[in-house]
Amino acid sequence: MSLNALINFAYIAAAIMFIFGLKMLSSPATARKGNLISAFGMFLAVIITLLDKSIISYEFIAIGIAAGSVIGFFAARLVAMTRMPEMVALFNGFGGIASLLVGWAVYHFTPEIPPFTAVTIFLSVIIGGITFTGSVVAFGKLSEYISGKPILFAGQHIVNAVLVIGSLVLGALYCLNPAGNYLIFSIIIVMSLILGILAVIPIGGADMPVVISLLNSYSGLAACAAGFVIQNNILIVAGALVGASGIILTQIMCKAMNRSLANVLFSGFGATSSKKQEGVQGEAKPLKVDDAYLILEAAQSVVVVPGYGLAVAQAQHALRELDELLEANGCEVRYAIHPVAGRMPGHMNVLLAEANVPYDKLIDMDNINPTMNTVDVCLVVGANDVVNPAAREDESSPIYGMPIINVDHAKLVFVLKRSMATGFAGVQNPLFFKENTRMIFGDAKETITGLVAGFKNN
Amino acid sequence: METIAIYLGFILLLSIFLGFELISKVPSKLHTPLMSGANAISGITLVGAIISAGTGTDNRISVLLGTLAVTFATINVVGGYFVTDRMLAMFHKKETGGKK
Repeated sequence: MSLNALINFAYIAAAIMFIFGLKMLSSPATARKGNLISAFGMFLAVIITLLDKSIISYEFIAIGIAAGSVIGFFAARLVAMTRMPEMVALFNGFGGIASLLVGWAVYHFTPEIPPFTAVTIFLSVIIGGITFTGSVVAFGKLSEYISGKPILFAGQHIVNAVLVIGSLVLGALYCLNPAGNYLIFSIIIVMSLILGILAVIPIGGADMPVVISLLNSYSGLAACAAGFVIQNNILIVAGALVGASGIILTQIMCKAMNRSLANVLFSGFGATSSKKQEGVQGEAKPLKVDDAYLILEAAQSVVVVPGYGLAVAQAQHALRELDELLEANGCEVRYAIHPVAGRMPGHMNVLLAEANVPYDKLIDMDNINPTMNTVDVCLVVGANDVVNPAAREDESSPIYGMPIINVDHAKLVFVLKRSMATGFAGVQNPLFFKENTRMIFGDAKETITGLVAGFKNN
Repeated sequence: METIAIYLGFILLLSIFLGFELISKVPSKLHTPLMSGANAISGITLVGAIISAGTGTDNRISVLLGTLAVTFATINVVGGYFVTDRMLAMFHKKETGGKK
């Protein structure tokens, strides 16, 4: 068997391992093993690539792999679970820049390439570049190095359109004559990097689940394009799997907000807060922690609705403690998870898993809503727009039509909140004024700790 | 060239459909690990980067670009898999107790 055939057989094996790895991610019981299989597939693909005959020097490969492994390992070990969204965003970006660099390196090494290869290099550079800077901006927004608010400026759409059309025109020029157009190629790289920045700055913090999903998809597609450049099957298969995964997640996120992808990407949603809204009248009824404890003590069924505020307040461990005390008291505790709660798909699940909450207590929105009217107390912790009944009732509301968790159907709703401020969408929440709603003002962690103390002292 | 393009296109198309089938079965509670796990897979660019970094030794810029690509892709791969494993280790059912 020739070496080339051996390498390609190994790639097939790696592809199978990726596929099984992803398949096993469909159940929490097998997911961890699935990830291991996938990692082993990657290991195999990398090792077998080192046998490639065109490789004549290993020192730089060794340097790159050593540096990358150390950085990657420590980043993965040290990152706090609440920082997971920005970590994933950053890793995404690194995948993107790697694809850009591969395209560039191939072109630099052999500028005399057929148009087909030139097209694939162009795609790998432009998608890779957008993924890189887009992810870096998303990272900045999520870690609050830059404002999480949408950044808008006059003529933004025009600038974007000019950049997109410009890069396509330059791309066409480049592909027609790759050997003589190094300058144009350099300009394309710069444009792709600017495009990535401009694409993500107008998107607000709470829309980040969509953006991260989309960038995830791009990083896969960039790998795919790089696969076409070097005509390598494994890059195409793996890249396509990731691309498809990102697209599906993007769709799920958009559907959960009842908004189109175009609306998320271009509208600067949430930029204008404190819109005047009609129909929200009445007085919010505040409740003291001690009184809240007495009600919880008598409750048979409690549902917790976590939101991004839970992550901000770092209240997940205190919450788990409260959960245990409630259960010891004979109360059933469940968690209702909205698909876009938090800053990335599944963010709340990871946060609660970190606090040792078993995953079978985390219930999807669609499964918990029908049971909501049997719930004694609904505890809303740091969530706002995803429990806003205006989405169901008020046709003039910007979030009208978005599927929500029907907390107002519970017998009693406790909203843990710092103040009466509006949520990300800048929409007033009529939930706060409902007959069965009580507001517990203050820091979520302190409030929950107070409730825990109530159970312990009595 | 044409046959290769068609052949690679086929692979691309089938893989995308396979990806849709696989991913749509992943429950929402596993979406974060799915994303970071998929993210790690997208670091497969590493294979391309290795070839770029290892070929033209006399072409310094190519080697530099390739080495940078290897570094970034390795961070993506190693970091992605480890962080996914760390997350998945925390997921546990009732009464089994979680590893931390």
